Amino acid sequence: MAGKAWRSAIVNLLTKLGLSINGKEKLKPQELSRVVGAAKNETPQSRTFIRGIQTVTLIPGDGIGPEISNAVMKIFEAAKAPIRWEERNVTAIRGPGGKWMIPPDAKESMDKNKIGLKGPLKTPIAAGHPSMNLLLRKTFDLYANVRPCVSIEGYQTPYTDVNLVTIRENTEGEYSGIEHVIVDGVVQSIKLITEQASKRIAEYAFEYARNNQRASVTAVHKANIMRMSDGLFLRKCREAAEKYKDVKFTEMYLDTVCLNMVQDPTQFDVLVMPNLYGDILSDLCAGLIGGLGVTPSGNIGANGVAIFESVHGTAPDIAGKDLANPTALLLSAVMMLRHMGLHGHAKKIETACFDTIRDRKVLTKDLGGNSKCSEFTEAICQRMKDMD
Amino acid sequence: VICKLCPLSPPPAKYGGRHTVTLIPGDGIGPELLNHVREVFRFTCVPVDFEVVNVNSALETDDDMNNAITAIRRNGVALKGNIETKHTLPASVKSRNNVLRTSLDLYANVMHCQSLPGVQTRHKNIDIMIIRENTEGEYSSLEHESVSGVVESLKIITRNNSLRIADYAFKLARERGRRRVTAVHKANIMKLGDGLFLQCCREVASGYPEITFDSMIVDNTTMQLVSKPQQFDVMVMPNLYGNVVSNVCAGLVGGPGLVPGANYGHVYAVFETATRNTGKSIAEKNIANPTAMLLASCLMLDHLKLNDYASVIRNAVLTTMNETRLHTADLGGQGTTLEVVQSVMRVIQILRRIRMHVADLPS
Repeated sequence: MAGKAWRSAIVNLLTKLGLSINGKEKLKPQELSRVVGAAKNETPQSRTFIRGIQTVTLIPGDGIGPEISNAVMKIFEAAKAPIRWEERNVTAIRGPGGKWMIPPDAKESMDKNKIGLKGPLKTPIAAGHPSMNLLLRKTFDLYANVRPCVSIEGYQTPYTDVNLVTIRENTEGEYSGIEHVIVDGVVQSIKLITEQASKRIAEYAFEYARNNQRASVTAVHKANIMRMSDGLFLRKCREAAEKYKDVKFTEMYLDTVCLNMVQDPTQFDVLVMPNLYGDILSDLCAGLIGGLGVTPSGNIGANGVAIFESVHGTAPDIAGKDLANPTALLLSAVMMLRHMGLHGHAKKIETACFDTIRDRKVLTKDLGGNSKCSEFTEAICQRMKDMD
Repeated sequence: VICKLCPLSPPPAKYGGRHTVTLIPGDGIGPELLNHVREVFRFTCVPVDFEVVNVNSALETDDDMNNAITAIRRNGVALKGNIETKHTLPASVKSRNNVLRTSLDLYANVMHCQSLPGVQTRHKNIDIMIIRENTEGEYSSLEHESVSGVVESLKIITRNNSLRIADYAFKLARERGRRRVTAVHKANIMKLGDGLFLQCCREVASGYPEITFDSMIVDNTTMQLVSKPQQFDVMVMPNLYGNVVSNVCAGLVGGPGLVPGANYGHVYAVFETATRNTGKSIAEKNIANPTAMLLASCLMLDHLKLNDYASVIRNAVLTTMNETRLHTADLGGQGTTLEVVQSVMRVIQILRRIRMHVADLPS
């Protein structure tokens, strides 16, 4: 068939099946060819390319979780983002065989949608089961925790111009949970470093740097003291660096990073490290930009699963009072949009959010203002309407 | 300014009225800074002789280290620069600094971080004492590869060492009139290890009712340190968290060139800069900041009960830092190491003249 006729035939077929490409009807020849070519080669295409609306699993969480999730949903609606939310609950249940697991409908939803957004979860103290975050991590093999820390104009901290990303290995290291009492009064905790996990996180870090136009990756370690374990981690980072020559690779001791981070955080770009150092450093960097209430976070898992979350607590004292600050969850949702390739919507929502904070007219209490959560949300929605 | 009316005569010491201290130059900026310390000591007529023991970090044998350790056992006190650890060497070659600390059982690493008026920093009014367990924890150097590609590193926490360090922390807090001790831990994840540490701290705390004891998880601690460091008073913690927290605090008060550190055991004491940097990139360029090493030597003099000499040198260093504003490159200034040292010696000269003048006055 001649080109134009062929193209309209394909578009008609898709329309008949209830599908469209990017929601458009008129297409450029390149776009269509790419889709068909991809279908032929069976390359996994970004899901949004084939379907118009992407479904995302939403886990509102506890405490202030439901209200900030509502705020995010409202803002996404105002931004006309092509997202459909599927709400699920993840309270642990006892599965067959007595093992704790997340409810099967939640697991099914995540496996289908691959992308999730999560609010804060309560840490059970005497419930008898491990923390929900740990369960989620194990269920979906969430091996990388990514936390971009960017200074927010309008929310002043002693540190300006922070713009770095911490990538933390999230499955092993010091948090293996393997501890023994050797004799009474002597305890040994085991830090586990494996070649496989180190390789995976190193490659993810470089991939992330490349995809997000970051110039350098720094491996943080203590190989002078923990020669074998951090030495193995470093070796894997070096090997990954060989494959990504376009990204600069440096190594730095943990103590030097801490020392320099509080003096001049602008010298850092992407940091990759094992679990414990990652935990400490990512919280340190969150502190530099203003705390957990404004820091986004994403967890990348195997098989294309990614769960984005706010890392602050459930704040039970202000739950249900419309006082919560949805910024952390909102910025995590923006991170999610970028991960999905919806850069336009991401930019719009992020700009609206930052502009509202910079304006300092409508801010929640923790940001130094007096407004309610709903007012803050409304201000952002209004800004986006004005942008159109 | 001190105006004590006793003349600068040396107190009675073991060998002919003088103390002998082991000096380990180390690598990087260590040798040049320790030379400056010796210059200042000579100028001030400090009754201390240094026994220099060199440790060559390039060698893989332990002879150098054994000599150094024997010398410190003999003299009881040492002043050292950092010995470089080439982490590309196999795991059998352990960090020499670590070997020194464990062989001499220097169980407490003490660091006092104070904001200096002459140094521009983002946070003001910081006054934190950090007491870090120095011999066990993650620095046990016990690692093995059980299966190919899987490495296990052991972190050891013992009741004895935890009690010991907690005891040291509270004793020091009481001595210095400090009101609050905070234990830094990660017991929510490492329930047995850090749980034991925390329990020991609580036990010791019950014996010091006038001091408030609380605890904080290490990631929250770092977050609080960069936003509100003024809330902390005395902090006690296991080895690795101590590494992180002491470096963060050193950065907050102005950098690695300013803060001295001390390692104490029951029998021996070794003094060095708090953040233990080798400074290879700035070695022999006359730009290193001698403040930390000079203040460390003052801590050593205090330990030897030569408090007068310690005060003189310390005052001279702080005057140079705060009044003359002669700063080296790490503080954003243009001064060289030599200029700072010469300024220190000039101030010592002035202080000596004042003292002699005061001593001559009729009573």
